[in-house]
Amino acid sequence: MAEKKLVPNQSIKLRTRSLNLYYGAFHALGDITMDIYDRSITAIIGPSGCGKSTLLRVFNRMNDLIPSVRVEGEVLLDDLSVYGKNADVVSLRKKVGMVFQRPNVFPKNIYDNIAIGPKKHGIKRLSQLDEIVERSLAQVALWDEVKDDLKKPGLELTPGQQQRLCIARAIAVEPEVILMDESCSALDPESTMKIEELMFSLMERYAIIIVTHNMEQALRVSDMAAFLMIGQDRIGQLVEYGPTIGMFSTPKDKRTEDYITGRFG
Amino acid sequence: MKLTPAQSERIAKTMIWAAALLVIGLLLFIMVYILVKGLPVLSLQFLTDIPRSMGRAGGIASTIVGTFMVTALAIAIVIPFGIGTAFYLAEYTKGNIVTRIIRFSAESLAGIPSIVYGLFGFIFFVIYLGLGWSIISGGLTLAFMILPTVIRTSEEAILAVPHIYREVSFSLSATKWQTISKVVFPSALLGIVNGVLLSVGRCVAETAAVILTAGSSYGMPTSVFSPTRTMAVHFYLLASEGISMENAYGTAALLIVLILLINVVANAFVNRFIAKGR
Ligand SMILES: Nc1ncnc2c1ncn2[C@@H]1O[C@H](COP(=O)(O)OP(=O)(O)O)[C@@H](O)[C@H]1O
Ligand SMILES: [Mg+2]
Repeated sequence: MAEKKLVPNQSIKLRTRSLNLYYGAFHALGDITMDIYDRSITAIIGPSGCGKSTLLRVFNRMNDLIPSVRVEGEVLLDDLSVYGKNADVVSLRKKVGMVFQRPNVFPKNIYDNIAIGPKKHGIKRLSQLDEIVERSLAQVALWDEVKDDLKKPGLELTPGQQQRLCIARAIAVEPEVILMDESCSALDPESTMKIEELMFSLMERYAIIIVTHNMEQALRVSDMAAFLMIGQDRIGQLVEYGPTIGMFSTPKDKRTEDYITGRFG
Repeated sequence: MKLTPAQSERIAKTMIWAAALLVIGLLLFIMVYILVKGLPVLSLQFLTDIPRSMGRAGGIASTIVGTFMVTALAIAIVIPFGIGTAFYLAEYTKGNIVTRIIRFSAESLAGIPSIVYGLFGFIFFVIYLGLGWSIISGGLTLAFMILPTVIRTSEEAILAVPHIYREVSFSLSATKWQTISKVVFPSALLGIVNGVLLSVGRCVAETAAVILTAGSSYGMPTSVFSPTRTMAVHFYLLASEGISMENAYGTAALLIVLILLINVVANAFVNRFIAKGR
């Protein structure tokens, strides 16, 4: 297992500054300011409905698909303003990939599931696509399992394999950041372990942000942890953010302690 | 006497089964009856000769060609407009006033009897646009007739595509158009094709709207501007005017075989598609 760092000695990949998000009149996220490190794993934890998914979907502007959403404050990817006037959502999503809760394999074969992203970006040469498919599958440790069956429907794989296929599909676009929203919660322990190992190997190249309900998983895999909770004002807020080891051994906030020791949530 | 739940359950099941069996039996009887009467008429000469002396003699070759041309034209016209409208309704509007007007019109149009389309086609295409009784007037009229069905079935197929597929596509940095053309359209294709095939069947079987717009002359059509007589019209005229029951059955048998064939092809298509995706 990778060495846990007290603070990742990496540059900062993503920053939020006084981020506020509204679903219509509903104030979902309040004043969130945090820095997310490159080449490390950041876990977002907190009780259901506190806004973890909402925060994650800020980073690739997936919330844009919901018409009533309004975002205030600043989000920076490197030095680029994610919500700025000249921001281009399509090129942002090329840099920030996403893996969803359930394996959402397209009803296509394995090869086409992976090639669909690169094809959208104008890669047409077959040899180049072959290479991307092989590299992406190898990165998720699926190549050896499926290399003779690339034309097999993706939906015929086991759920664990399907989720790794989804990760391969996301990294085939060559993102810089990978968002994972409870991506292990629908999987058995063995598949979960495989994906966690995968996170470690991917961490060497990407900034990974995960949402998880599983405290042990957060402790096992993440370098940094962010604890979100709904405050007295009914707004989701960042209660505590820091190196995971520190937060789990000596939480600064009473609410964090109660949550990670399982007293509520 | 009071029935126990188990007893009433059994009686209900028996009645439902009986009703289903009766319907299937009736349908099979009608089909077998027509096929038995009609199939012997289907000789090579019957299939390759045009009707002679009002259909008493000769064959039905020109009506086969006419049916094919009118239907193909209607389908060719309806596909871009019907499917385009469906995508517009399902993907580009969020229940605004335009959507509601289109949907209301489409729903109202779906309930109109086909003869009203025939009358409209006659007044507008045949007379006003001067297209006369012709394959093109018939094809256009049928296109209007099946448009609401194609819109509705296509829209249903598009809306049935899981929302998450769209999200995944966007997360892979696809544009809206790429998402629709590369993810939503392929996933909805099956349902769309099914709706179109349903409409093919309706075109092939239509009489009232076709008689008024394509005419009933049974010469071999030479272009889309020729008048024509479709198989369904031919069958209708042969039977209703007592010209030749024998040839009417022959035409009907071929119609049934054709419709069965369309269904078989559709099923094969569906199964191949499912085998490919899943
Ligand atoms: N599309 C939406 N429209 C309105 N409110 C929403 C929407 N999505 C989420 N919410 C609300 O925002 C809050 C945070 O949701 P979410 O980010 O999904 O929480 P979590 O992922 O932590 O369980 C919840 O109160 C939820 O009801
Ligand atoms: Mg969530």
